[in-house]
This record gives sequence, structure tokens and C-alpha cells, in this order.
Amino acid sequence: MQPILKIILSRLMMGLLTLLIVTVVIFSAVELLPGDIATETLGQSATPETLAAFRSKFNLDQPVHVRYGLWLAGAVQGDFGVSLSNQRPIAELIQSRAGNTFFLAGYAAAIAVPLAILLGLVAALYRNSAFDRMISGTTLVAISFPEFFVAYILILIFSVTLGWFPSLADVDGSAPLPERLYRTFLPALTMTLIVMAHMMRMTRAAIINLLASPYIEMAELKGIKRWRVIAVHALPNAMAPIITVVALNLAYLIVGVVLVEVVFVYPGLGQLLVDAVSNRDVTVVQAACLIFAATYILLNMAADILSIIANPKLLHPR
Amino acid sequence: MTDTAQQDDLLLDIRDLRIEGRSGGQWHQIVKGIDLTLKRGEIIGLIGESGAGKSTLGLAAMGYTKGGCRISGGSIRFDGQELVGASREQLRKLHGARIAYVAQSAAAAFNPAFRLINQYCEAPVRHGIMSRAQAKKDAVQLYRAMQLPDPEQIGFRYPHQVSGGQLQRAMTAMAMACRPDLIIFDEPTTALDVTTQIEVLSAIRRVVREHHTAAIYITHDLAVVAQMADRIKVLLKGDEVEEADTRTMLADPQQDYTKSLWAVRAFRRDPMPEVPQGERPLLQLEGISAFYGPQKVLDDIDLTVHRGRTVAVVGESGSGKTTTARVIMGLLAPTKGVVRFEGVDLPATSRQRAPTLQRRVQMIHQMADTALNPRHRIREVIGRPLEFFLGLKGRAKEARIRELLTLIELDPDEFIDRLPAELSGGQKQRVCIARALAAEPEFIICDEITSALDQLVAEGILRLLDRLQREMGLTYLFITHDLATVRSIADEVVVMQGGRIVEQGSKDEIFSPPHQEYTELLLSSVPEMDPDWLDTVLAGRETATPA
Repeated sequence: MQPILKIILSRLMMGLLTLLIVTVVIFSAVELLPGDIATETLGQSATPETLAAFRSKFNLDQPVHVRYGLWLAGAVQGDFGVSLSNQRPIAELIQSRAGNTFFLAGYAAAIAVPLAILLGLVAALYRNSAFDRMISGTTLVAISFPEFFVAYILILIFSVTLGWFPSLADVDGSAPLPERLYRTFLPALTMTLIVMAHMMRMTRAAIINLLASPYIEMAELKGIKRWRVIAVHALPNAMAPIITVVALNLAYLIVGVVLVEVVFVYPGLGQLLVDAVSNRDVTVVQAACLIFAATYILLNMAADILSIIANPKLLHPR
Repeated sequence: MTDTAQQDDLLLDIRDLRIEGRSGGQWHQIVKGIDLTLKRGEIIGLIGESGAGKSTLGLAAMGYTKGGCRISGGSIRFDGQELVGASREQLRKLHGARIAYVAQSAAAAFNPAFRLINQYCEAPVRHGIMSRAQAKKDAVQLYRAMQLPDPEQIGFRYPHQVSGGQLQRAMTAMAMACRPDLIIFDEPTTALDVTTQIEVLSAIRRVVREHHTAAIYITHDLAVVAQMADRIKVLLKGDEVEEADTRTMLADPQQDYTKSLWAVRAFRRDPMPEVPQGERPLLQLEGISAFYGPQKVLDDIDLTVHRGRTVAVVGESGSGKTTTARVIMGLLAPTKGVVRFEGVDLPATSRQRAPTLQRRVQMIHQMADTALNPRHRIREVIGRPLEFFLGLKGRAKEARIRELLTLIELDPDEFIDRLPAELSGGQKQRVCIARALAAEPEFIICDEITSALDQLVAEGILRLLDRLQREMGLTYLFITHDLATVRSIADEVVVMQGGRIVEQGSKDEIFSPPHQEYTELLLSSVPEMDPDWLDTVLAGRETATPA
């Protein structure tokens, strides 16, 4: 077990290092913006005294590396500073929003991941059949449209024409779970359609890639049923590429939701980010970016580690 | 023993079987109307070169064809049931349960994700023959019968944790799991070392006989099939050449093709004159030790090669043969010792060696397939070293490429613009030889270059190498695990085991008694064309090591 722990540990360190670099990039990007934050916030008429007071209150008079250190230390503890536009703590703003975004992403993932893998397996099993082409075609069409378009189509069908689901998903954590699930069904479905194609096609390709392996032929010659050959013999060996694609798409579910949230007026991070950008609320943008980046890195790191664990040669060394 | 009536039962009856394979958008016959019958408990050996259709025929006995192949005619009756045109479900019920398959590469045929015993249990449990617990118990018994070490525990290992010879025995045990009537053995020992092969052969034979299982034994090694089969069928390009019982076939082959197969092992090149006293060796290794990570792979290797000679390095996989070659080439830096070329110490790595020095030592690899860039035409393959080492360009280069192709007995007009995929295995290896020759080397390392080739083709390569050596005064270090090859071409032999040299000397010294203990084991493990060879050797070993 020694070598695998070493590899996992090194991946963790790499992940943390990447995250650290990302914080530097985000911090410097904001630093490089032209203009003085104190002047911009207090207005041209502010006296030098108030400006100085403002600067010392927000540590703007400290050298850049000290400010970076303070910002990073705060961020690690969940304190992202205050919003420039309304002076409220960012952590407070973000907390419920992030919770909503993760809820929606989790909802979509819970539908998309099992469904994509299942369809991928079925497509591999009946490869080149009409069914296979239909699945591939449908998922490709879904991914080819921009997400807001898919969202509007779904609204048109399911809420305007059929009236089954609401077109607005303006619920938050205070609503009961069934209510939340019901009201966020359409955004979740939109995101499912957006991310399914990748995962399904990768599953199909990874499985088909393995079907020529001697051990798959061996399983068939042992008289194992085709479905079992694919699900039990091929799938575990195809896990590594599938995990990678699933992780990428999970990250996209969280990071790429901006438009979907806007369309469905869902109070998530995406909405917040759009508002912050239009208000030039730099500190909020900074915090949201950091959360998105951290999500991306963590998910990819998790995928790396899972892929390592899925390799029996590493998990059970000689 | 079962009663005579049942023993005479016809188990498999293949009539006028035709199989087509698809290539380049067209169907070609790869099995052209073959008959084959097999009684219960009988073993038939299928022999032939690659492309003879032996594996295709073997798999067809299961009613199975590989992707891109189809049965286009004839009939396959297994125990009275017609398999041609049988439904997937009918075949599935036979597979594993009544007809089992043992593949060539056990390492590839075991699913890397599961423990051996779980793969063993799958067929009996899925076919509803045994419960999982029963199957596990049964597995241990069969593992014991196959003489696997630690039969209680070995099943709980993953395939990569078990050696090749053990895996092959575990796979035979797995094939026996449902006590099938028929097992197809598809070159089960081809990938193994001789010392391992003999263990696997004896284990397979004993279990198959004990359970009175019929078998189709596919191999290209005559000596192996002589030990295993009651009858032998010789195939050539999808046609049957002849069939007879083993002893008749070995003693008195009727067809020319069969006779030529039998004669292959007879090639002996003329001996080279003695090395003059005091001649400076071309290559010398002194006290070489090398590591892969923390593992010592070479231990104090001393080796001398004289100009114009062939030194054969023999040993099992893992004995350090290829590593020695890598040290000579400068691909692996030794931790101790020195490589000397014409009395001059060579830098440890090839990067530190001048191109003129690199040019004089060339290497030819085992797998010509992977040693050739699939997107380079032969012109580029051979032209590159000409340009790189000799600075040839344009017309001079073209002329030299053609000269080299003629030298390796390939027609330049026909081959110069081909891609590697358009060549046969032997032709690819010839191109690799031409590429090595292009650098105008003095010393060539041949790393198992005939191992992946059919015997007739391999012999052609050996004859070519011999001719080139005589014409150009080349020096070879010939790495092989095949002692027949060593007999054909070596002047001197170096026997390696576990990273050490256990014996070295002239070919006659090594091959005539008394032998060093390991050399004896190695030599006695090489199958001979005598149907009683395996019994004799095993009997001899049993008396030598009392239980």
C-alpha cells in the first residue's frame, strides 16, 4: 500500500499547489485593474483623511504581499472580505448562493451521470445499431445547442405547452425538498442534456476500445452473457477515462451554470456573478472565481485519485 | 477409464469447413474446406505457420469466429449438435461449460481487474453448475492438480501478481472448471520460457488425461505438439496438408511441406576459424552491474566478443539479457564496471557518445512491428540512418537504399515505397536489419529477432545474418531464449540467470557435457521431436530429486 499512498499524496500536493497558483492569479488580476479602490468607492469628493481611514480599514496601505497573505488567510477561513457595492460580507452573500448552485449541480449530476453511463453501456452493447445511432445523435444534438436555447425549448414544452413544471426556479434552501426538486427540475434537466453527451460517448468509446481485448474474448468464450461481459468485465477496466470525463462535466455543472441560472432566475452563484460583474463589484467576482477554480481543481484531483485507485496494479502491488 | 463404447464416441465432427475473413472491403477464404474429427478424450495437434488458419479453425470448433470473420460453409457438429448457424444463446450455453478455451497469452486473457479465483468461479456459477462456495473449493483442488504453488491462496491474487507460467496453468484450471468435454489450447506455451514450458506442458497433459478431456492443441512448435497430441494435422494457408497419428507423422511425413517443417531445426552454419591468440576483442564488458530503481538486474557481468564472431546470450525472461544489450548501447548507465570497444572505454550513456561511435554499434529489436514507424515508408526507414550517420543525400542515398534492400533479399522496386503494414513479419525484420546495416556498423546486437517469427521464416533470417557476417565481417551479440537458434549460429554461448552469467564458453563446450547445473536444466527443457521426450525428462527429474 506504500506506493499508492505516495502517489495519492503527491496528487493532493499538486492539487493544493495548483490552487495556490490560482489564488495568486486571481489576486493579481484584481490588483492590476486600473484605478484606486478607495477613491472609486468614496467618490472624488472624499477628503484625504477619509481616504486614509478607508485604506487602513481595508489594509490597502499595506504592501501587496501582505495584502495577499491577509486575503488568502481570510479566504481559507471562509472570509472573503466585504462587497464593494453594498459593504456586506461576501461570505454571507455567497453562502446561500453557493449552496443553491451545488444543490442544482448535484441534482443534475444525480440524473446525468448514471444515465450517461447506462446509455453508454447500452450503446456499446448494441453498437452500430439504430438504437446506438439514435442515442449518439440525440445527445449530440443536445450538446450542440447553447444551453439557454435548450432551456427555452424545455420551458416551451414542459411549462408553456404541457404545464407540468414551473418556468421559474426561484426557490432557496428554506423550501421543503420535494418542492425544491420539483421547481428546479427544468434547470436540472437542461444541464443534464448539456453534459450527457460527453460522458455517454466516452463510456461507449472506452468500452468498445476494450472489446477487442483478449480477456473480453475469454469472457465471451466462457459463456458469459453479453450484458455481463460489458458491465462486469469491460466497465471496471474502462473506469479511468470515464472518471476523468465525469469529473470534467461535474465541474462544468457548477462552473458553467451561469446562463441556465439566469434563464430560470435561480438564486445561485451564477446569478450573483452576473450581478457582480454588471455592478463592477470586484471583490465578489474574485471570491466567486476562487470558488469556481477550487471546485474545478478539487474535482479533477478527485478524478485523478479515483483513477489511480481503479487500477488494480497500483492498488494491489506485487 | 470409461468404457470402450463411450470412448469411441465421436465428439467433434467438422466437415468441409469454410471460413472467410474480411480485409480491404473484400472477403477472403482463410479456412478452405477442412475436415476434422475428434473422439472423446482424444487430443489432436494443429500445426502450421502463422496465417495457416489453425487458431481460426480451433475457435470454429466452438462455433466462434473472431470479429471480421464468418463461417461461409460446411458443418461443425459437437456431440451431435450443429454449431454452424446455432443461435448465440445455444453457443453461449456450450461455451465454458462443455467447450473451453485456453488462450496464448494468459497475461492478456485474464481480466486485470479481478482476482484469479473470481474469474475461475464465473463460468461454473453462471452456467448454474456449482455454487460459488463449491466452485472455490474446486478451484483449489484444480490449482493443486496444476501444481501451482500455494494452491489455497494463489487464487486470491490479481493476474499481475502471478508469473506467466503460473497464469497459464491457472487458465487451464479455469478452462477445466466445468469439466468440459473439449478444450481448445491456442499456443498455450508459446510465450513461456523453456524451463517454464515443460512444467506447464506436463501439468496440462496430466489434468487433461486424468479427466479424459478431448483437446485441440494448436502450436507452431513441432516438438511441443509431439508431446501433447495423439494425432497431428498440418495446415498451410487454410488448407490441410496431411494428417496422421503422431508417431507416424514424426517418423514418416508424406508431404514436402511437412518435411520442410521437420527439417528447419537442422540449419547449422559453418564454424568460424579459431580466434588468433592475443587478438584484441572488439567488445568487452568488465564487472558491469546495473539497477532498475532499487532492483539489481545485472551483477558483475564480464563478457568478451571477438571481431567477426557471434556470441549468443541465452537465458529466461528476467535473466538480464536485454539489460546487457541496453548497457552496451548506452541506454542504461551501469552503476559499476566499464564497456570497452576496441580497447577504448565507452561513455556510460549514448548521449555522451559521439555519433561516429554510436554508428558502429547498432541494435535490432524483437518486435519488428513496433520498431518500425507505421507511417514511414521503407525508403524513409532505411534512408534516415544513411542521412544521419553518413550524410548521404539525394541520388547517393536512393542508390544506397536500393543496394541495402538487395542485400536483404527484397526487391527494391517492389518494396521501397511500401509502408510497414504492407510487409509480412519476416520482411519487416529484414527491413530492420537493413536499417541497422545502413549505419555501416561493426557490431550488431540482435535482441530475440527471430522469436516472433515462424520457423521457416526465422531460418531465412538466420541464413541472411550468417551471409552478411561472412561478406561484411560483422560481429553479432545474439540474444535469444531459443537454444535451437543458438545451435544454428553461435560461436560462443553465454548463459545468464538472474542477472548473472552462470556459464560461458564455445558452443561445443556449452552443448557437450558436463554441464553446469542451470545449463543442464535449460538444455534438458528444450522439447525434442520424440513423443516420449516429456515422459523421459520428467521421469529423469523425478529420480534425480526424490520426493
